[in-house]
Amino acid sequence: MTRIDGYGHALDRTRTSTVTVNGRRYTGHPGDTLASVLLAHDVGAIGTGVKYGRPRGITAAWTEDPTGLVQIEEPFPEPMLLASTVEITEGLVARGVNGQGRLAQVPDHARYDRRHTHCDVFVVGAGPAGLTAARRAARDGSSVVLVDDRPTPGGTLTGTERIDGKPALAFVDDVVAELAAHPDVTHLQRTTAFGHYDDGFVLALERRTDHLGSEAPAGRSRQRVHRIRAARIVLATGAIERPVVFEDNDRPGVMLASAARDLLHRHGVLAGRDVVVATTTDSAYAAALDLAAAGARVQVLDARAEVPPSWADRCAAAGVAVTAGTTVRGTVGEHRVHGVLVGDDRAEMPCDLLLVSGGWTPTSHLVSHVGGTLAYDEALGAFVPGEQLAGVDVVGAAKGTFGLAAALREAGGDDAPTAPEEPSTPSLVVWRTDGDPSRQFVDIARDATVADVARAVGAGMTHPEHVKRYTTIGTAHDQGKTSGMLAAGIIAELTGRPITALSPTTFRPPFTPVGFAALAGCQRGELFDPVRTTAIHDRHVRAGAEFEDVGQWRRPRYYPQPGEDMTAAVLRECVAVRTRVGIMDGSALGKIDVQGPDAAVLLDHLYTNLMSSLKVGRVRYGVMCGHDGMVVDDGTVLRLAEDRFLVTTTTGNAAHVLDSMEEWLQTEWPHLRIRLTSVTEHWSVFAVVGPRSRAVIARAFPGLNVSNAGFGFMTWQDTGLDGVDVRLARISFSGELAYEVNVASWYASALWDHLVAAGEPEGITRYGTETMHVLRAEKGFPIIGQDTDGTVSPHDLGIGWAVSTKKADFVGKRSFARAVNHDPMRKQLVSLLPTDATTKLPEGSQIVAWCDDGALPPPPVPMLGHVTSSYLSAELGRPFALALVTGGRERIGEVVGVPVGTALVPARIGGSVLVDPEGARRDG
Amino acid sequence: MQLILCPHCGPREETEFCYGGEAGVPYPDDPSVLDDEQWARFVFVRANPKGAFTERWSHAAGCRRWFTAVRDTRTHRFLDVESIGASQPPTTPRR
Amino acid sequence: MTTTATAAPGAHLPEHLDFLWRSPEPEKAYDVVIVGGGGHGLATAHYLARNHGITNVAVLEKGWLAGGNMARNTTLIRSNYLWDESAGIYEHALKLWEGLEEDLGYPILFSQRGVLNLAHTEQDVRDSVRRVEANKLNGIDAEWLGPDEVAKVCPIVNVSSDIRYPVQGATYQPRAGIAKHDYVAWGFARRADEAGIDLIQHCEVTGFHVGGRDGDSVTTVRTTRGDIACGTLALCAAGHSSTLLDQLGIAAPLQSHPLQALVSELLEPVHPTIVMSNAVHVYVSQAHKGELVMGAGVDSYVGYGQRGAFHVIERQMAAAVELFPVFARAHLLRSWAGVVDVTPDASPIVGRTPYDNVFLNCGWGTGGFKATPGLGWAFADTVAHGRPHPLIAPFGLDRFVTGALVDEHGAAAVAH
Repeated sequence: MTRIDGYGHALDRTRTSTVTVNGRRYTGHPGDTLASVLLAHDVGAIGTGVKYGRPRGITAAWTEDPTGLVQIEEPFPEPMLLASTVEITEGLVARGVNGQGRLAQVPDHARYDRRHTHCDVFVVGAGPAGLTAARRAARDGSSVVLVDDRPTPGGTLTGTERIDGKPALAFVDDVVAELAAHPDVTHLQRTTAFGHYDDGFVLALERRTDHLGSEAPAGRSRQRVHRIRAARIVLATGAIERPVVFEDNDRPGVMLASAARDLLHRHGVLAGRDVVVATTTDSAYAAALDLAAAGARVQVLDARAEVPPSWADRCAAAGVAVTAGTTVRGTVGEHRVHGVLVGDDRAEMPCDLLLVSGGWTPTSHLVSHVGGTLAYDEALGAFVPGEQLAGVDVVGAAKGTFGLAAALREAGGDDAPTAPEEPSTPSLVVWRTDGDPSRQFVDIARDATVADVARAVGAGMTHPEHVKRYTTIGTAHDQGKTSGMLAAGIIAELTGRPITALSPTTFRPPFTPVGFAALAGCQRGELFDPVRTTAIHDRHVRAGAEFEDVGQWRRPRYYPQPGEDMTAAVLRECVAVRTRVGIMDGSALGKIDVQGPDAAVLLDHLYTNLMSSLKVGRVRYGVMCGHDGMVVDDGTVLRLAEDRFLVTTTTGNAAHVLDSMEEWLQTEWPHLRIRLTSVTEHWSVFAVVGPRSRAVIARAFPGLNVSNAGFGFMTWQDTGLDGVDVRLARISFSGELAYEVNVASWYASALWDHLVAAGEPEGITRYGTETMHVLRAEKGFPIIGQDTDGTVSPHDLGIGWAVSTKKADFVGKRSFARAVNHDPMRKQLVSLLPTDATTKLPEGSQIVAWCDDGALPPPPVPMLGHVTSSYLSAELGRPFALALVTGGRERIGEVVGVPVGTALVPARIGGSVLVDPEGARRDG
Repeated sequence: MQLILCPHCGPREETEFCYGGEAGVPYPDDPSVLDDEQWARFVFVRANPKGAFTERWSHAAGCRRWFTAVRDTRTHRFLDVESIGASQPPTTPRR
Repeated sequence: MTTTATAAPGAHLPEHLDFLWRSPEPEKAYDVVIVGGGGHGLATAHYLARNHGITNVAVLEKGWLAGGNMARNTTLIRSNYLWDESAGIYEHALKLWEGLEEDLGYPILFSQRGVLNLAHTEQDVRDSVRRVEANKLNGIDAEWLGPDEVAKVCPIVNVSSDIRYPVQGATYQPRAGIAKHDYVAWGFARRADEAGIDLIQHCEVTGFHVGGRDGDSVTTVRTTRGDIACGTLALCAAGHSSTLLDQLGIAAPLQSHPLQALVSELLEPVHPTIVMSNAVHVYVSQAHKGELVMGAGVDSYVGYGQRGAFHVIERQMAAAVELFPVFARAHLLRSWAGVVDVTPDASPIVGRTPYDNVFLNCGWGTGGFKATPGLGWAFADTVAHGRPHPLIAPFGLDRFVTGALVDEHGAAAVAH
């Protein structure tokens, strides 16, 4: 046990928690991480390396750790987390991993949510620079959001520093308290800014419950994605310490100097008793002295030729031996370090902890995400933010400004806090020391060595991206946070090119891994996509309807009675409509109110047929094409007044048609005096269909003249019911006498109930979309999107009669003039009757030439078309289909083959109208 | 995830907008006089420049109005926006 | 204490070969100059040498070899396209994929684990059956599976009815698969280099010199590394094709859009196949090392910035978790974007140009990777013989004038 009294400001030592790692139980305190608990119990190796299976321990104290991966098993299973970032809670169970995580099979029932925030200043990082920047902005009266990914603010402050003459952690507490007093400041810890996008947009993940364990409040979302839009962004993201590459540098017990210091001060953990500190820079001396003060025996090896005098004095006073001009060449040990090999003679120096510092790399990921450039700083041996991005300030170590005093000045402006100036001597940039390149790990997380880089270079790779891909450096869970700069330096060395000639890798979001579930947020299940239902959906549910998704709409498909399957129900519904009367909720139909003196001009241009000649009170069927002359939509148009039309569209296409109309209106002919309004939801529409529909309508609307003379086919009339306006139109999608009854959706339920009651004596039957589809197919009416696929013209559908020859132009007309549109071998809509009169051809089936032996020849078999719609017809007493067939109308009477499973089913081509081809039924 | 400056509403989230492709490609005065190649150009061919691109956008989840924007396709940044009709003479549909 | 005794199986990949390619200085002239050192350019170079003995060839790449979409794609390989024309080229490609490891002498990790294209609506079912039946008649392996059979092929797909758009079934092509993109590109590059073809990196085309009797051919390619004379010019510049075509005065219906993709951390095998769903915009496989690889939808606007908007990724995650509840605990590790050149009918543009000696290959949208060997084969043949190979003949630029489109967009509506 290496817990040191008097240290561990993050701990609550009055309480304990027990965790289980790799099957063994360990006791720690609230405030511990899995890493600090394991190190407190002298655990070295916790997992194994991805390629060679060598032991892997903990290398760093936060998200930059390339090695300390664990799988959480309890209480909330999660793969591939870093032990250094997992806050312990009672009962936590984890195990080390070998490079791959495991997805638990238990469902994730946690809640995830999102919050949108706008602010004047968004500060990333609550270290000394970030806190100072946030305080400065808050004092200026700005609204501020400050986020920091660690559990507590303060960044790399250990508590040994002094700011404004007081202990640094007291300064942190003061600033936090001051910020909390500002109403317009939001300060979030455990919140990682993981992606930075244009115009001050940052995504941040807040971890809200895991650290509370069983004490987490019920109902609180586990994680929250904050979507922050800020006028100005301050990046105070600090820097990541960089190791130096040497032989067997992957052995547990090799750690970043800053990590050991952090573990000591935060968690009271002394990661080794016998410590060697190998450094090329000043900052590691602080670690050496702190560990010595906590009771470790410490020796410093400084790669630089001279030991900085101030550090030399302090080390001497603390009994820390310092050797200059010396580097570590390798380590010895089995599952953890037992000693290091030092200098040219590789002299073995025993130790149980090797701390390494090769300098610091500014954490510039958020600069890079948004397209900011990075420039190489020779003195730091690191890429630093280049030219300033508009609205983005980088301060402190993130900018390459090292030293507490300088960082505070940079972040604080005129009222910046002060700290004692530390003398600083230049670092030495060292990427690696001499040794066996096959055991020098550049990216420990990927088990990629200097030998691998050398092999890549030898293979002809000169670009860093090629070397990276050849070696897989930088692709692991840490995305190369500690290894990226080393790789660049070593590639430069081995290719003989200056590092400045190598463009740095662009960092991509996210900064640290983010759970899929957190990103999905609450967009799951019913909230994945809104469900649209009609105003009388409850009536359908009560009537026992089965539903189908049509676009976002959920529509009744059929209404099975007890014991009925879909086939039986649909046959019953079809018979009812064709012989008596049926009622269907058609409210999902798209409806657009087109108003204005020029309304007819627009519709004439958008429909293939003429709409301006439509008389008020009448209805016309219309077809819309794209510029390419292919059908995109159809529907009916009611002329409500000289300057007003009600246009209906297919259910799935309503928004698209409205958008397209708006586009024409605004971008091509803004002078046209027209207003467009979507009224899909405003009007509910019920189709009352069948030979007895007239009786039903007459009973429902006693004052209405329902005679054929008084209310003719393709006309509409307004009437009223108990003071409510109702519009009726004689439109038929089945060939039967039919009325569409429209009412404001507020009154939909009452009207539906009224119509059903009025229909009782006639035996009115509810029917759904499936029956509607059968009935329309029997009449050869195409469904756009089912019988068409974006390659079908009105002529192909046999509705060339709806294409005006009088209009000089309309959308798509010019394309009809192309030769391909006149090819007699185009696919045309026809009916298909299986000659056995019993096989229902599967929709989507392909059609081939009939072979006399009834067998399908081996592939390739030329295809003639495909089945677009196929149903059992109660009226015909047999199955039938609609199909698009090459030269179909010329082939009427011909028998073709339809492969169904292993059989080739013969079917005869016919005209597309199979029921009531004379149109005798529409007037009842 | 940019802020797009709607000329009518001010800056709004990118997700509120719909893209309309190249601007300044008017519907031909009389398509019937175009040969197949000219017609194909109008129907299918749009500029695809690397750099400044004059485009149409619609504030679909806002004021639902179309406007013209100049955007740098290398950086995706908007350089300028202008409401439609500000400078463009109306063309009349043929009847 | 216990540790796992061994490294994760599959968490590392086979070693690359010891030598891949030279970095030669460009010569003054080549019989064939290929612009674009991506998968298609490199495959074309390989097959020019292998099938036609043409090796006086340069491949000009403005950046690093195979550093564009080849380095950024999600490596899906399938041939279950609806139309005969598409099925022809993609199935030819798939057959070549099946022997490519041997041909290239490179471990390309081609893994035929099958692809499921999910159907969520009645119309999806119709379209799916139509495509399956068309595939079968074209001799392409294809099956229609009901929800229970889907669950047998891929047990982690949520086939219950309690999701927003329940799975109604799926098409299944067992021979579909994935490969390791860098290995594929480098395999082609190595073979081309071995044959004596010059792969010239960091060589950006800045213009063309047009000559010939009536100005009907391109004689010289101007580059940042000097002028290079060409016998035949083959353009394979994918998302950047419009820049070259503008310089040649050729109008082509191309729009270059960002296409984003993402990976998770490395995970133990959980996903045995490839699943695509157009309705909810997700496609996902688990790559060799164990990472989940996903593609998102194409960003709506023209963009060359190799980055997209994050709401597209969030939507992608929502769809993934909806369809694969087990993915909830996976983590997004990295996202990135490529630039895809999209055509109005979602089919490529390959074939002749107004210049006698210039051939064009572009517009593959999201389909370029899977076509790589097939296109390389057919395009090399086209370049060698100066006329479109039958497999690419339907994809000429003139189809937009005649209207004879190959509309994979309207009819099949299967992206990627």
